[in-house]
Amino acid sequence: MKSRFRPALAAAASVVALAAAAPAFAGKTLDAVKQRGTVKCGVTNGVAGFSAPDTQGNWSGLDVDTCRAIAAAVLGDPKKVDFVPLNSQQRFSALQAGEIDILARNTTWTLTRDASLGFNFTTITYYDGQGFLVPKKLKVTSAKQLKNATICTQSGTTNEKNVSDYFRAQNIPVKTVVFESFEASFKAFFSGRCQAFTTDASALAGLRNKEAPNPDDYVILPELISKEPLAPLVRRGDDEWFAIAKWVPNALIEAEEFGVTQANADDLKANSKDPGQQRLVGTGEDLGKLLGLDKDWSFRAIKAVGNYGEMFERNVGPKSVLKLPRGSNNLWNKGGLIYAPPVR
Amino acid sequence: MRNVAQGPIAWRSELWGSPLRALATVVLIALLAWGGFHVIEWGVVHAVFRADAEACRAVQHGACWGVVAEKWRPMLFGRFPYEEQWRPAIAVVVLSAVTVLSAWPRSWRWWLLPLWAVALLLFVLLMRGGALGLHAVPTSRWGGLPLTIGLAVVGLALAFPLALLLALGRRSGWPVVRTLSASYIELVRGVPLISVLFMASFLLPLLWPAGWQPDVLVRVLAGLALFVAAYLAEIIRGGLQAVPRGQTEVAMALGFGRWPVQRDIVLPQALRLVVPALTNNVVGTLKDTSLVTVVGLFELTGALGLALGGDPTWRPFYLEGYLFIAAVYWVLCFGLSRYSVWLERRLASAPT
Amino acid sequence: MSGGASRRGAWLAWVVQALLVLAVVAGAFWVVHHALEVLRARGVRSGFDFLAEPAGFSISEGWLDFDASQPFWRAFVAGLINTVRASVPAAIFSVVLGTLIGIGRLAPHVLLRGICTAYVELLRNVPLLVQLLMLAFAMANLLPDPTEPLRLLPGVWLSKGGLSVPWPASGEGGWWPTHFEWPEKGDFGVSGGAALSPEYVTIVAGLSFYSAAFVAEIVRAGILSVSQGQVLAGQALGLTSVQQLRIVILPQALRVIVPSLTNQLLSLTKNSSLAVAVGYPELVSVANTTIGSNGRAFECIAIIMAVYLLLSLVISFGMNRYNARVALRGWR
Repeated sequence: MKSRFRPALAAAASVVALAAAAPAFAGKTLDAVKQRGTVKCGVTNGVAGFSAPDTQGNWSGLDVDTCRAIAAAVLGDPKKVDFVPLNSQQRFSALQAGEIDILARNTTWTLTRDASLGFNFTTITYYDGQGFLVPKKLKVTSAKQLKNATICTQSGTTNEKNVSDYFRAQNIPVKTVVFESFEASFKAFFSGRCQAFTTDASALAGLRNKEAPNPDDYVILPELISKEPLAPLVRRGDDEWFAIAKWVPNALIEAEEFGVTQANADDLKANSKDPGQQRLVGTGEDLGKLLGLDKDWSFRAIKAVGNYGEMFERNVGPKSVLKLPRGSNNLWNKGGLIYAPPVR
Repeated sequence: MRNVAQGPIAWRSELWGSPLRALATVVLIALLAWGGFHVIEWGVVHAVFRADAEACRAVQHGACWGVVAEKWRPMLFGRFPYEEQWRPAIAVVVLSAVTVLSAWPRSWRWWLLPLWAVALLLFVLLMRGGALGLHAVPTSRWGGLPLTIGLAVVGLALAFPLALLLALGRRSGWPVVRTLSASYIELVRGVPLISVLFMASFLLPLLWPAGWQPDVLVRVLAGLALFVAAYLAEIIRGGLQAVPRGQTEVAMALGFGRWPVQRDIVLPQALRLVVPALTNNVVGTLKDTSLVTVVGLFELTGALGLALGGDPTWRPFYLEGYLFIAAVYWVLCFGLSRYSVWLERRLASAPT
Repeated sequence: MSGGASRRGAWLAWVVQALLVLAVVAGAFWVVHHALEVLRARGVRSGFDFLAEPAGFSISEGWLDFDASQPFWRAFVAGLINTVRASVPAAIFSVVLGTLIGIGRLAPHVLLRGICTAYVELLRNVPLLVQLLMLAFAMANLLPDPTEPLRLLPGVWLSKGGLSVPWPASGEGGWWPTHFEWPEKGDFGVSGGAALSPEYVTIVAGLSFYSAAFVAEIVRAGILSVSQGQVLAGQALGLTSVQQLRIVILPQALRVIVPSLTNQLLSLTKNSSLAVAVGYPELVSVANTTIGSNGRAFECIAIIMAVYLLLSLVISFGMNRYNARVALRGWR
């Protein structure tokens, strides 16, 4: 055949071949994870206390521990997690596209995100609120005094929206300067470009302690201008994986309620007579089967990261860099909001 | 202006020849001296070269080159696993060696293409691992200088055949082919690279049957190649236009077919004519790779952000970090443009 | 070739071309259809209806006031205005500066030549993104704190919050400016008047300096392309160097300069999309924020591409008109 027709025919043939590949929907995540042998966990680029790498590349944080617990429950080894750092533009599309199995990236649960992006939010692991960080030398004691101030924040986050809403409701004019990355926004604040910085209060504490040239020069204002319940998310349409991602953190919360810790889990497994504890350490009824896992799913999770209280203490509690009090994140029977449906 | 004498003898009259020139010389020398003095004072005299953050902070008006001494590995290699960083280092050397080798026109023989294939294979093998006892490293961990060079080289390699097709298509006698090629070229040249990268990164996954995920690197390469191809196509087309029509006519009269005429007679001359524009484009592509930071691949610029962003001890010394990577880019790009000048002169004097 | 073979050849050519058109159109349809299906299966909403909804974020600078209650389409318009607002001054500065440096590279003074060459070679070989980030860093560290601004002139203040100048402002509910609004030093910095934010200065300065290096090369190539005979004739007529440049060389050099300059201006406009990295809210930055808040990646990217295509067409068209004016009559 004449050579000039070949390219055209090749193009036509390839189009037909592509059309024949039917758009199959995403297979079950649990099967994919088991086959792959790792859990792909989307995290931040480095937020102290939630997900941050050290210079050797080892990750630690509250969200990191949640993913490790899931890996321990599903695959038996908390190290079988592949952490994928994502910026705030890529985080949702990465989950939608299937690049990650779960997004544990201190993301706030809102209606818009739940309903229009195709996601399901799992258990709330941290009840946060949005606050302001200001230099002490401005002698500002309340957010309402920030008339005409310049406020730095990150673009594309609920933080930006909340600041607009709050100051519009209070009828106070302010100027917001938004930056693409979290790092650029707080760099601008600490260099003096803005008079105030706003983000989730948990991050403010970490920022002040770690990044400020002199932490005592800065103060966090008392107002929390919004509710920011942080929860990991998974894709819609996979109820099995959704159940697992929801119930592993729930089990960790129940473990604190029932007094099961990383240290005493083995001992309780051998000796406990309490049915609540038995269910959690795998000697009671087999609840794992209902999730598609084995009997020791919660036992492994607790052994890997401890119960919720231990996770909190280690990553964001008073002994960590963030030095945050339990506050609203205490158990429901100790005055906080952390309440898990019963694991039974 | 071109007849002005060159060399130090001419400089004397240039610098001091007339009162105006003398004044200009004095002013410029004063400015240069003032600027140079401050730069040397900041960059050398008061600077700290050790990797000591305390010393760096203590010194007020001096550069902290210690940040380079401390962080050059994350800056150059990104998030690649620390112990395995000898692999990207060798990969960069391999690719650079083959590039330098290809720079000599004498090496443009039949064995150059297979050599490139072997080099690229070696590059991918070293970076990716998974065979020959090397640990597998996912492409999301690749970063720094190897990623910059790899993206530029592979992107250009992928773009070139497409650009050839587009350039020939735009000059084709068939109106449909001509319109399609022209539309593609004008469309892609009219939009910024950032949008093409976003398009590739967000939308390519939607086109595949879900369940098979194209790698981030593959998507970025696809976007980069599609973008660069349009610019290369215009350059090649300029070259094709500059080849005298007589060449084609004589070849056809001698009995060559249409396609062999293009392949053996027109194209070599066309490409030779546009070597400076092509190398300009190569330099441009190398600089454009810095944009992939916005879609989450940490090449040299992004690796700097990773290295210093998460580390409050060293973060105040961003400027020295920027100067370091600017120097790396400058060496690469300036080298390429000097090479292009040399090549142009060499090709102009050589018999065609 | 015999008549029968060429007729058959021509007919075959048309058939293949028709098939090609069909293949491309079918391919495009299939791509869109498949993408929409996948999105629907994932539960992601798509469509351009979001443009009418309130944006929920504000844009801190620009000629169009935009706050969070206004719809998304207005946000995109504000972003576009900001793109133009940054590109036009940068284009003007870079052409002026580039011309001067290009001429300087050919000056009969070795120091001047050296400095101009150093400028060009230094700025052309470092990526624009790195240059912008360095400038942003310099701005953030060298300017005085907003609470202690530097007063350059009465009413002109310089600080990390920007350069504030007095600006005409309209009274209550009026359209026309009735008085000048003077910037005042407040508790948090300077308010009132018009302010050029550091981000704006960064992007305009960065784009100008970078493009000037390329314009310098273009101008130099143009000047060198003027034939020696013209220059010698000018010298023989007793014109000074400056007069030679103005009367003889530059008008002829423009013919070579203008097409390359068009390319460079297009490139500058597209490079303004990097402003997203320094915090200046132009079009790509606004689209980024929108994607982050409602996930409509495809729609926003399509808008960006369409707008930039339009801008490129406008610039090409304008420059082609100018090119036609400077082209040699009869050589077009």
